[in-house]
Parts: sequence; structure tokens; C-alpha cells
Amino acid sequence: MAGLKLGLPSKGRLQEQTINWFADRGVTIERTGLDREYAGRIALDGVELVLLSSGEIPKELLAGRIHLGVTGQDLVNEHIPLWPEKLLELVELGFGYADLVLAVPAVWVDVDTIDDLDAVAAAFRRRHGYRLRVATKYHNLVREFLRVQGVADYQLVDSQGATEGTVKNLTAEAIADITTTGQTLIDNHLKILEDGLILKSQATLYASRTAEWDDAKRRVLSQMLNRLNLTERDLTLLG
Amino acid sequence: MVNNRAYLQDARTGTGLDAVNAEVMRLVRHFGQHAQPIEPTALLPADILIDLYGENIRSRAYTTFDPIEGELMLRPDFTVPVVQMHMQSGQTAANYVYAGPVWRRQIPGSQRPNEYLQVGYESFGLTNEPQAEAAIFALFAESFDGVDLVPVIGDVSLIFAVITAMETTEARKAALRRHVWRPARFQRLLSRFSNVEIPTKSREKVLNATDPQDVRLLIENAGDYVGLRSLDEIISRQRTLKIEAETPRLTAAELAMITQTLELKCSIADAPRQFAKIAPSLSDVCENLAARADALADQGLDPSALAFDTSYGVSTMEYYDGFVFGFAAANRPDLPHIAVGGRYDALTEILGQRTPAIGGIVRPEALLALKGRV
Repeated sequence: MAGLKLGLPSKGRLQEQTINWFADRGVTIERTGLDREYAGRIALDGVELVLLSSGEIPKELLAGRIHLGVTGQDLVNEHIPLWPEKLLELVELGFGYADLVLAVPAVWVDVDTIDDLDAVAAAFRRRHGYRLRVATKYHNLVREFLRVQGVADYQLVDSQGATEGTVKNLTAEAIADITTTGQTLIDNHLKILEDGLILKSQATLYASRTAEWDDAKRRVLSQMLNRLNLTERDLTLLG
Repeated sequence: MVNNRAYLQDARTGTGLDAVNAEVMRLVRHFGQHAQPIEPTALLPADILIDLYGENIRSRAYTTFDPIEGELMLRPDFTVPVVQMHMQSGQTAANYVYAGPVWRRQIPGSQRPNEYLQVGYESFGLTNEPQAEAAIFALFAESFDGVDLVPVIGDVSLIFAVITAMETTEARKAALRRHVWRPARFQRLLSRFSNVEIPTKSREKVLNATDPQDVRLLIENAGDYVGLRSLDEIISRQRTLKIEAETPRLTAAELAMITQTLELKCSIADAPRQFAKIAPSLSDVCENLAARADALADQGLDPSALAFDTSYGVSTMEYYDGFVFGFAAANRPDLPHIAVGGRYDALTEILGQRTPAIGGIVRPEALLALKGRV
């Protein structure tokens, strides 16, 4: 019988914190093989570890190729519309905190709120002949947030990394990105809009509702959740 | 499943398909009596649509990419390409009929179809406004093959007229006009212009700056200058903010006039009298409403049985800046409006040259679905 597949970030701080989180609850996760080999083992019967790039985990959960996965709520909300139909949130892990926020240059002393941003977008378009550019990789979340707010005359420009630098590089006027302490924003001479919080996120353990579930697998998950002191999860939603 | 289409099961082959084709042909013949056929492309350059509708169009239309032609969108409706083709034709007055599929991305979880047929009619250059509007409304009302639908007529031009008649600053009027089609933000603006808001500390500093030098100092204290938006733009906006803060709030009368206009719902026959009560100074708007009611009566319709709702379609018909209409199927909330349309002179202005433009579409699949139950 194939085991229950648990997807974990393949490297970095999120992986380290996830390993610590399980260790704190008496479950050991070890990297195996060569130092750079993406392989590992979890000390739970019937659970198989799959190391994946952090951004792949929501997609793999959605496709049902892994049963469980640790990833950020920001990625789940961005990439899986109506995610509660596809995923079950098992537990928030209490790390990987990140807020998706809208930020503008700190020197925009006339801009504190979304109201201001909307007014500035109108004036900017008149003056420059194109829409005010907001750099982000969270296109769906940002577009929806600004649509509900009724903001006009802006455009999203794609930025897959170093988004805070786009304003200085003159490829965007404002940004929407995740921040933990806000320090990177400050270092890049940006400030968060007062009402510019789009989403609060943290690392979370999800179960895929589209993966193959049978009684044996549900039992393995149930045992795992017991070990982790996470009872009272409604596993009938799986499969 | 593969034989299903918008609102209809098993209608992509056999008798189901025959019925769809026959219904489309019937509608094309109906509208084609006074119109030339036209067939815009299904793939449209994305930049024109994005320029018109902003970033939001990306969540309503399917975008695709071609290495040579760049970003293209599957047409979310026919109006824009028909306007462009009309302008290129050099004709001043012309009527067009078209039929074909449109593609719309729907919000996740929505049951609405992402591909459906439209049969449409667009008319350019008609100058006798109330008569032209009544004639096109009647043309649509007669297109449903005897099926009873519930019509509603709206008119955003009342909102624009009331904004112009307000006694407040031109800056406020421009801000309101910009958001007529976005009701949430429009309400937010009205609330800001009519309530006294206590400024935050940082806003207070900005408002207290009395000359550009003060503003420059605030900007210097805020850190390194980054971004394309210039010092001049910030200084100019500070002046705007200061003027706004020092401008008296909207009067209760002004606020009542605009709120009551937005909320006006009555019969077409009653609309002139009701609007005269809300905005007595706008007698030309009342006369226009009365002339349209008369013109509808001339078409054999009963203005006292037709519903008027100023804000009808306002959030879904951007650039429709006057008379708009919709025909709904009573007791069928699962079906969209069977037909919608209206005046969009504002759209022609942005696409090149302001021209009187009225038109609309029928959803033949929805109409057939309705007939199936009759």
C-alpha cells in the first residue's frame, strides 16, 4: 500500500521551522541521502515525505498528488480559488507569518490610504498617459482587493522577486508584496498604506480533498493527528 | 456534458443545435431588417480593452498571448470591435447586426457560463434621442417571439446631470463623475465630501503645510526619493488636499438630491414628475424624460407599465452614459437578463469620436431555455 504523502518545502527557513514544529511534538523528520539530495524520512508509520519547491505545494495539493502539505496561506489563497472546496486546513503552524500589503514610496506624504492611492492613480494617468503600475506576484488577490475597493486607473505589473526594488528602478509606482517585519519595505524607502492590508498569512498544514483517500489512509492521518495533539478535525471531508 | 451549452442541455448537435441555429437566424432576420451584417474578430488586442476597462477586464476576459501580436483577449462582448469597425468605415450613420459567441471569465464558484451566444444590434448617428431610444427599445421588445419578459429602463445621465448641478467644487464633481460606474467608491466619495473626518497625525502635518517649501521639507524628512511620481505631483496633490479640507461639506440638500436620484424607482410615465421633485432646476432633463415616455407610447407601449430605475446596470455597463434597458425573465432567477442594451456615446468618444450610439444584445440560448418552460 502506498503511503500518505506529506509535502514539505525542499529547503530554507520554512523547511527548518516545519521540522522543528514536528520535533516539538515528538515527530522526527530527517533529511536522508546526500546533503543536496531532496530526500527525507518522517518517523510516522505510513507517511512518506515529499520535498517540493514551496510554490509547488499548493498545486500538488490541488492536483491530489500529495495528501498533506505545508505551505503559506498567501500561496493557497492566490493560486486556488475557492480553496476550502479543495483543501482542508488542519492546523496553522505559528510561523512563516507574512502580511500581503500595499506599499507606496515613503516620500508620498500625500498618500496614506486606498482613497489617496485611487485619487493619485487618476492624476498620474492624466499626467503620464498610462495607468499607475503596481508590482506584485499576487495578481489575483491584489486585483480582487482593488476591485472591491473600486480603485481605478491602475495596472498590475508582474514581479516574481525583489519586488520592493521595482519602485526605485522606475518599473512600478507602488507594490503589493508579503512582509514580516516591514524592514525590507523601509530599507527600500516604501511605506505600507494604513488600510493596505490585503491578507494575513502564516505557514499551515493542509490536507488535499482531491487526493485519493481510503479508510487506511484516513486512519494513518488520524493517528498522525493524535500524535500531534490535533484531535477534532472532521476527516469525513476527505475523499 | 460536451453537448451542453449555456443554459441548454444537448444543444451542440442534432435537433438541439437546429433549434439554436434557428433561433439565432430568427433574431438576425428580426434585427437585420434595418441593419447590415457585421462580423468582428474573436481575438481582440488586449491593450484596447485594458485601456478602457482597466485591470478588472483581466478577471472578466480570457487573455492569451502571441509572440508576434502580443496579448490578445477572446472578445468579452461585441460592442468595442463594432464601434471600431464603424469608425473605420467612415460612415456617419449606420446600423449593424451580428451574432456569435462571447467568452467571459466568471468568478470562482459562479454557475454562469463562460461561453455563450449573443445576437446584437448597434445603431450609430441617430440624432433624435428620445425617438431613437424608444424605437430601439421597441425593436428589442418585439424580438422575443411572444415570450413575456419584464423590462426595466435606467438612465445614468440623470446622475451626471445632478453632479453638474451641484454647487460644490469642480474637483469633487470630477471625482464623482469618474466613479459613477463604481457604486462602492462613489458612495465612499459622497461620504468623505459630506462628513467631517478627523485627520490622522500624518495627514494633519500635510494639511498644515502652507507653501511648497513646507511640503518639500516633509518629503525630505520622509527619506530617500524613489519612484517616477515627481515632487511637483506631490506638491500639487497637497494643494488639492488642502483645498478639499477647507471646502465646506456637501449640503444636506445636495446630498439628498444625488442620493434620491440614485435611488429613484418608479414608472416611466411617472419619472419626469418624480425627478422634477428631486432636482427642480434640471427642467431640460425632465423634458427629455417626458419626451422619451411619449416616444415609447408612440411605439404602442404603455409608459405607466414600464419600470424606471435610475441606477439600473450601473455597475455592469461602464461607459453606458444614458438610457439603458434590460429584459428579465420573471420567476427564472437561474437565467440572466434575456436582453440588455443602451446608449454608450461615452465609449465612442474614448475610441475616437463622440457619436450617438445605441445598441443591445439578446442571449438566444437563454431565450430558448425560457421558451422550453413556457
